[in-house]
Amino acid sequence: MADIRGAAVRFEKVQKSYDGENLVVKDLNLDIAPGEFLTMLGPSGSGKTTCLMMLAGFEPATHGEIFLNDKPINNVPPYKRGIGMVFQNYALFPHMSVAENLAFPLQIRKMNKTDQQAKVKRALEMVELGAFGNRRPAQLSGGQQQRVAVARALVFDPELVLMDEPLGALDKQLREQMQYEIKHIHENLGVSVVYVTHDQTEALTMSDRVAVFEDGVIQQLSPPDVLYESPKNSFVAQFIGENNKLHGKVTKIAKGVCEVTLDDGTKLKAEPVNVSAVGDPTTISLRPERVEFDNPDKLDNTVKGKILEILYLGDHLRVVMSVAGNPEFIVKVRNRGIKRPLEEGKTYSIGWSAEDCKALDFSG
Amino acid sequence: MADAAVSGTKTVLTTHDGKPLKVSLAKALRREKLRALMLIAPLLLFILLSFIMPIADMLFRSVENGIVAETLPKTVVALKNWDPASGEAPGEDVFAALHDDMKVAVAEKTHTRLGSRLNYDQPGISSLFRKSGRRIGRMKEGDYKQQFLDIDDGWGSVENWTTIKRLSPTITDSYFLASVDAERGADGIERKPENERIYILLFVRTILLSMAITVSCILLGYPIAYLLANLPVRTSNLLMILVLLPFWTSLLVRTSAWKVLLQQQGVINDVLVWIGLIDDAGRLVMINNMTGTIIAMTHILLPFMILPLFSVMKTISPSYVRAAKSMGATDWTTFWRIYFPNTVPGIGAGSILVFILAIGYYITPELVGGTSGVFISNRIAYHISSSLNWGLAAALGTILLVLVLALYWVYDRIVGIDNVKLG
Repeated sequence: MADIRGAAVRFEKVQKSYDGENLVVKDLNLDIAPGEFLTMLGPSGSGKTTCLMMLAGFEPATHGEIFLNDKPINNVPPYKRGIGMVFQNYALFPHMSVAENLAFPLQIRKMNKTDQQAKVKRALEMVELGAFGNRRPAQLSGGQQQRVAVARALVFDPELVLMDEPLGALDKQLREQMQYEIKHIHENLGVSVVYVTHDQTEALTMSDRVAVFEDGVIQQLSPPDVLYESPKNSFVAQFIGENNKLHGKVTKIAKGVCEVTLDDGTKLKAEPVNVSAVGDPTTISLRPERVEFDNPDKLDNTVKGKILEILYLGDHLRVVMSVAGNPEFIVKVRNRGIKRPLEEGKTYSIGWSAEDCKALDFSG
Repeated sequence: MADAAVSGTKTVLTTHDGKPLKVSLAKALRREKLRALMLIAPLLLFILLSFIMPIADMLFRSVENGIVAETLPKTVVALKNWDPASGEAPGEDVFAALHDDMKVAVAEKTHTRLGSRLNYDQPGISSLFRKSGRRIGRMKEGDYKQQFLDIDDGWGSVENWTTIKRLSPTITDSYFLASVDAERGADGIERKPENERIYILLFVRTILLSMAITVSCILLGYPIAYLLANLPVRTSNLLMILVLLPFWTSLLVRTSAWKVLLQQQGVINDVLVWIGLIDDAGRLVMINNMTGTIIAMTHILLPFMILPLFSVMKTISPSYVRAAKSMGATDWTTFWRIYFPNTVPGIGAGSILVFILAIGYYITPELVGGTSGVFISNRIAYHISSSLNWGLAAALGTILLVLVLALYWVYDRIVGIDNVKLG
């Protein structure tokens, strides 16, 4: 993707430091295609919000250049960039009504009154708040305020909208609903969206591509499914979704498959991702839902494990096992009724295929 | 309950033992209320004794006028039948009553006090009482009118007697009339001669200067409050200490410092002369006039503007400004349309604080105000401690209090008092 022409946004060798001693963003190169929904995902302090602020123009880049529609914007003040923005705490102006809030960017652009009213009306209808124009933001619920904030960021037809953890303050149910709504608005309008979050479910649900940030560096930039199925390193595997870690050393390696001997001597077949030679220390990553209790002998890897605890979660059972010296090995079993009753304290054979089991860089 | 619902009467909720719920609730809360009252009782008592009662007493003094009726009880009764419009001094009966009253008054030594009280309204009248007091013992019985006239012609003056008759009631408006430069003449209430008018001018000056001080406090305090609210914590703490520093210095020291700085041979004039901006003959007069009062009081009251502004600005999320800019607003538009409206409650709170403090200030105007920069409070202080005309001081104070309350009401009407935030 790095060489596409006409990228909506391009970060080129961008570095950022606040104190002159530590780099918060290290050598960022990123292209965002027009109409793309790109999420910057990472733990707090990973540099994702800083990147967003540099793009919006509220923080200057220490080094490197940011392009908007192929024009360098380092020296363009924020108010000339024409980027819509949604903030975590909504940032609705408390002294204006909802309609006035929405009309504000239009007034700035000196649009005439009738057009303003029409646009505000359409924007409010888009977020299903047509009857709320005269209310003050304080009279709205959190979810409604969030919709107003989204409408306000879109009302002046920007080509790019930035969203800084916009759903962080909402409760779980509302958050899920808003995820769909924002996604649908994005699909309908075709704007480019850069979305910052620390919530991986949000990132997976909404994005075309996800950039996983850690320590000022993009660890992996992939579509959500690739991110989940083929993490490039153990940080990504750990950060996205649930993950079982098993430590060992590479004892055989061939194209597409390697043998890893775990610390307790168990030998496993795994897909080598970033191990290159025999003797490399490695961390095996395995998703809990890929482990099978049925017919484990037919799979590439078969081990024995003792069930320590079973948690009933309705649609699935969460089984905590002790496997190959790891007492926190988790297996998710789909709830199909009682076909093969599991019991705490008993030992079972479990299995998984080699391709579900990635040999990644070693991480303690 | 179900029965009551069926019969259609209004149901009274009851507790399990059948008592009405409201009664039980009130009983349960009564202990709490009593305890709360006990906790504030000492303060309440203190405020009542040291604040509310003295103020009520002072307010009452502005209309209280028992002294004439107390000192000259018989005269007052006798005067009832006398008509000032007749153009003649009262008859013998009044003077006989006056003789009796004066005897008692002289024995109790209250006649000179009455004289000075009457002197406020009728200059010169006090000498009548002093002279008559000295000779009252030697008076013979009969024809008192002539004997009093022999002591002083003034006893024959209709004006003097009119004043006594007018001030006979125990309630008077004369202090209030004096406070607004008016008096009760032959044709009812009229304005005092031009050269005796002073209080209206002082009231107007007090209000205008207080407004000027408030405005200059807003202009100087706003940027500082903004800095305080937006700098990193360490720097802003240091700045906050600098803002609060004046509170730890005596008011007199600060005011005297302004004298040193502003006087014609002072630091500022010296510097201006030295750099050649003004020549030695044209040294600026910046003290003992209105300029001095405004400068010194702005300095003293500035923290009262900065603190409420700061606490309001602290609550304004920086994301408002960012949101406005992302929508295309320039720095100025962002400030004027977004930031400033949100600071109005702070400006309101600061302005009320500064204005009300300024309107009652008197030490600083006394020291740096000269004659053209003094406030009405200086006049009140003068009547309290030098001229001892407490009635007039009370009337002036009452008018000041009413003015402040009226301005407060106007402010509430225009800006709304719930719009005031102290943090």
